Amino acid sequence: MGAAAFVWPLISQMNPDASTVAAGAPIEVDLTPIASGQDIKVFWRGKPIYIMNRTKKQIDEARAVPVASLPDPETDQARVKEGHDNWLVVIGICTHLGCIPIAHEGNYDGFFCPCHGSQYDSSGRIRQGPAPANLPIPPYKFVSDTKVQIG
Amino acid sequence: MSGPSTYQPQNGFLKWLETRLPIGGLIHSSFVAYPTPRNLNYWWTFGGILSMMLALQIVTGIILAMHYTPHVDMAFNSVEAIVRDVNYGWLLRNMHAAGASMFFIAVYIHMFRGLYYGSYKAPREVLWILGVIIYLLMMATGFMGYVLPWGQMSFWGATVITNLFSAIPYVGESIVTLLWGGYSVGNPTLNRFFSLHYLLPFVIAGVVVLHVWALHVAGQNNPAGVEPKTEKDTVPFTPYATIKDGFGMACFLIFFAWFIFYMPNYLGDAENYVQANPGVTPAHIVPEWYYLPFYAILRSIPSKLGGVIAMFSAILVLAFLPWLDSAKTRSLRYRPLAKQFFWIFVVICVLLGWLGGKPAEGIYVTVGRILTFCYFAYFLIVLPILSRIETPRAVPNSIADDVLAKSGKKAVASIAVALLAGAALLTGGVQQAKAADHSENPPSLSWSFAGPFGKFDRGALQRGYKVYKEVCSTCHSMNLLHFRNLADEGGPGFTPAQAAAVAADYKVQDGPNDAGEMFERPGRVADKFPAPFPNDNAARASNGGALPPDLSLIAKARSYARGFPQFIFDFFTQFQEQGPNYVDAILQGYADNPPAGITVPEGSYYNKYFPGHAIKMPKPLSNDQVTYDDGTPQTVSQYAHDVATFLMWAAEPHLEARKRLGMQVMIFLIIFAGLLYFTKKKVWANAH
Repeated sequence: MGAAAFVWPLISQMNPDASTVAAGAPIEVDLTPIASGQDIKVFWRGKPIYIMNRTKKQIDEARAVPVASLPDPETDQARVKEGHDNWLVVIGICTHLGCIPIAHEGNYDGFFCPCHGSQYDSSGRIRQGPAPANLPIPPYKFVSDTKVQIG
Repeated sequence: MSGPSTYQPQNGFLKWLETRLPIGGLIHSSFVAYPTPRNLNYWWTFGGILSMMLALQIVTGIILAMHYTPHVDMAFNSVEAIVRDVNYGWLLRNMHAAGASMFFIAVYIHMFRGLYYGSYKAPREVLWILGVIIYLLMMATGFMGYVLPWGQMSFWGATVITNLFSAIPYVGESIVTLLWGGYSVGNPTLNRFFSLHYLLPFVIAGVVVLHVWALHVAGQNNPAGVEPKTEKDTVPFTPYATIKDGFGMACFLIFFAWFIFYMPNYLGDAENYVQANPGVTPAHIVPEWYYLPFYAILRSIPSKLGGVIAMFSAILVLAFLPWLDSAKTRSLRYRPLAKQFFWIFVVICVLLGWLGGKPAEGIYVTVGRILTFCYFAYFLIVLPILSRIETPRAVPNSIADDVLAKSGKKAVASIAVALLAGAALLTGGVQQAKAADHSENPPSLSWSFAGPFGKFDRGALQRGYKVYKEVCSTCHSMNLLHFRNLADEGGPGFTPAQAAAVAADYKVQDGPNDAGEMFERPGRVADKFPAPFPNDNAARASNGGALPPDLSLIAKARSYARGFPQFIFDFFTQFQEQGPNYVDAILQGYADNPPAGITVPEGSYYNKYFPGHAIKMPKPLSNDQVTYDDGTPQTVSQYAHDVATFLMWAAEPHLEARKRLGMQVMIFLIIFAGLLYFTKKKVWANAH
């Protein structure tokens, strides 16, 4: 018990410290400058977050795919906020080994990872390549129609 | 540790010490009187070479740590400051960086030697497992060391490798956060990697002591694979093994010095001369060459967790080797079938290394899977079966018989083959690792600073500086260069007064003064060249969204793949001029009308040699744009050549000193190795 209690601080110190945790507080992003078909990349907790204003075509493509055929089945509706269906907010870190995929590249109108060739669709779901899972969705909510809070 | 302790100190003080701490006896019995088999060949010198490399890495590493700053904002520049400003800093840095590669070359040869001669078999299992532990520690140390310069490959290599742990079910993500000390690779990660990179070599040294201890308990294996029986089978460690190891080390140092002084960037990735940028992933992330075979195994398994397990298993399977191969005959010399499979296995490892540097797509994935299967099959299927079905040839009765049966002439040839094989393996891995984008390579130009006697052309440096100042410096910064450098030896040859005059022409911001206000003053020689824009965002805003890269290191940060077999010749011809070739080609690669099939977006310009062909920089040079006072033709090609020369100097101000010292070291080492060789012949004359 004593030994475990002694070791705990030695291991716990490796986790993010107070300033890192504080710097990871939620951020607000104004969506007005992002036109349809464009995207921006913001950093939150040192991670790139893609905010993509999807075109009608991209949304339709994402919804036309049979969900069961996907490597990591998830509907497009579950990956966006209702009423804000054009806004895709994903963490831009490839679920394979952590590179940053490039937006609007690849065969699925979504993201393409230059490191090991994973391809994600316009909903950020993995479609092809070695990545095991879809691009994760960060916690976020719409503060207003043109402002989103990430975190 | 073992062996006859016949140590009889003569000196009074040593007698006194010996009765209180028998360290003299220990050294004497371990490294003087210790009996070594008479028939050891030069493959056995790599143990000594490895000890030397470990000591060298620790010494250079401790010195580098005195000048290095482990902080994300300063690490990259502190490494450059070591190379540029610290006395002999470039030498220490090259030794340490190339030394890591040399360490791995030596350890791979050492390991294959153990595999070939069955050095893992009873009673040397623990010795072998300790070796596998050292190898694992070396890989961890090498990986963390590669992160410290904080270049693009450092950062992205760290990201990819630490993400391997996220494959662990349930706790993976928490472990990765724990390793990072944040939500991504960042300052806490760099700090702890520095701390561990400093610690681990001493852990390695500790395990090496155990390794040597185990070696001296079991005794050395030998090419015949029979244990020494009588005194005739062995020779005392000193002078026999000492002189032979010494000669091996000297030869290895010549090979090492070739990299330190002539090819310091041959084994590295040009991308690592670009400071880490968490927002931009390089097109090809490749680990250092010594990890490539395992990287290939990782990528050939379609599942993420499976890939990680396969990669670690590929190393751990070595620890079980003593029980997988149960054949009684140790040396493959007497096992004709196993010997053939061994060489096939060596080829598989080299091919896996080559694949590790290739993009994971198409045919490479299929080949990777086949080779991964072959790799494991060698250990898990071939060796267990062979050890049961193979009939070995008769082994010699004793080591003395083995020595009498053959002449020792093959040894020198074999060490040459070893070095060549190492070189080929190395170049194969590294050069293939460099990204092959499919545009045409820049033409190879002739440079005064190329080759072993290369020197900068002072006139070209001065003209190139003029072009930089009048053209490039309106957009491009040169953050690592100071005015004082203009007067440095081996540079453009300005006098200190001229350099001071250049500096005084600039306005430099300083302060705060007593009133707490920032003010401008004329530049001094100690100042660095002021950047044209206050920060990166301002530079982007003024240049259509594209950041004009800092030019201090551009001649080393840009490269292109030379392809097979050119890269092998490059090793011997010391070709290192990809960077200046590229800079020169870019400056001349503009065409008003792009060729059919290539469209250039609005605001970009077509450039034949720029990756992707669409460059944001408008054509910067035209004939007669810069006035030359020395009568040199004022053409774009002359401007490009001069400014590329200047940028090469800016990227490596001590290039001349490096090549000059290299020649002296090479001459010394060759003479020294020659003397050792003849001493060794003399010492061994009565033992063969």
